[in-house]
Amino acid sequence: MEEPRLLSEILVAKIPQAVIATHGYRGDATVTVRPEFLLQVARILKDDPVFQMNFLMDLSAVDYLTFGKEPQAKGAFVNSGIPVAQPMNIPDEAPWSGPATKARFELVIHFFSLPLKQRIRIKVPVEEAQAEVDSLTGLWPAANWFEREVWDMFGIRFRGHPKLKRILMYEEFSGHPLRKDYPVNQRQPLIGPVN
Amino acid sequence: MFGSQNFLTSKLESAIGWARKYSLFQYPFITACCGMEYMATACSHYDVDRFGAGFPRFSPRQADVLFVVGTISHKMAPVLKKIYDQMTEPKWVVAFGVCTCTGGFYDNYATVMGIDTIIPVDVYIPGCPPRPENVLDGLMKLQEKIQAQHSGKPFTPPQRYHGRAPITV
Repeated sequence: MEEPRLLSEILVAKIPQAVIATHGYRGDATVTVRPEFLLQVARILKDDPVFQMNFLMDLSAVDYLTFGKEPQAKGAFVNSGIPVAQPMNIPDEAPWSGPATKARFELVIHFFSLPLKQRIRIKVPVEEAQAEVDSLTGLWPAANWFEREVWDMFGIRFRGHPKLKRILMYEEFSGHPLRKDYPVNQRQPLIGPVN
Repeated sequence: MFGSQNFLTSKLESAIGWARKYSLFQYPFITACCGMEYMATACSHYDVDRFGAGFPRFSPRQADVLFVVGTISHKMAPVLKKIYDQMTEPKWVVAFGVCTCTGGFYDNYATVMGIDTIIPVDVYIPGCPPRPENVLDGLMKLQEKIQAQHSGKPFTPPQRYHGRAPITV
């Protein structure tokens, strides 16, 4: 089994033009990959005997719209007068320097190799204007529902997905709730009054 | 049925109310964590069969009490309304757990803030999840309501202060 830190270096050596950045933290390897190379990188991860990533563990997305800005509300009891302690800044030996690009969204994919027992995380920056990436359902069928959830919650389309429709919200829902600019208690009821 | 009654019809009404309250066929519309407490109440330790409500009917056509157990989302709301409409009269609805009473601790884009925005509710059982004793108390209140529905008198639930002085603010 390879040292996990080297996995990102092996990937960089195989396709250097696809990688934007790498990061490692206590054995976790993260590689930020350009969206046009996603399918190529995925094929390498699946087929190459060095990686053999046959298990897609998770596929999700992050919205960096409010990254680095102070949150508006500072805790659950913000209006009650009860003082809320600020979270401690625990020093980090390998601090993450932030998202690699200025793109609004980043797709985060976790892979695991069952024969070699190693993990890798692939991050793909996705622009808001052209929120579309290639679908991984051809390689891992597990990606089907994960990509439907990302479409439902963030609005990132997947080219080549067999049936990209909403999975958690109902079909007539307009908007993508997990985006930072969707107010969390904005309800769109199918039937009945709003509250 | 309501209005002035003579001795025979009022005895008949109370007999009908007695028969209805002690033979409840519940439709447990379980969606979330409250289902665990529903199961705990229905099984042998906190037996609900001793109240006559031991037979859940998993078809709305055959049930008379709709136990809405667990959070209802906006995606599920039309389904709940359809199930309620498919039940035949007489029917009652029990809102089990705070998510069905008022929306619970959720205040988001997906949760219906109380099922009484969609269907009429007879008994609210708050709790997250409610203790089985609370559920049985709610069931007994429902039984009192069912009995009283046939008496022709307006129903006021009995105030039980357990021997303490009335609450004054």
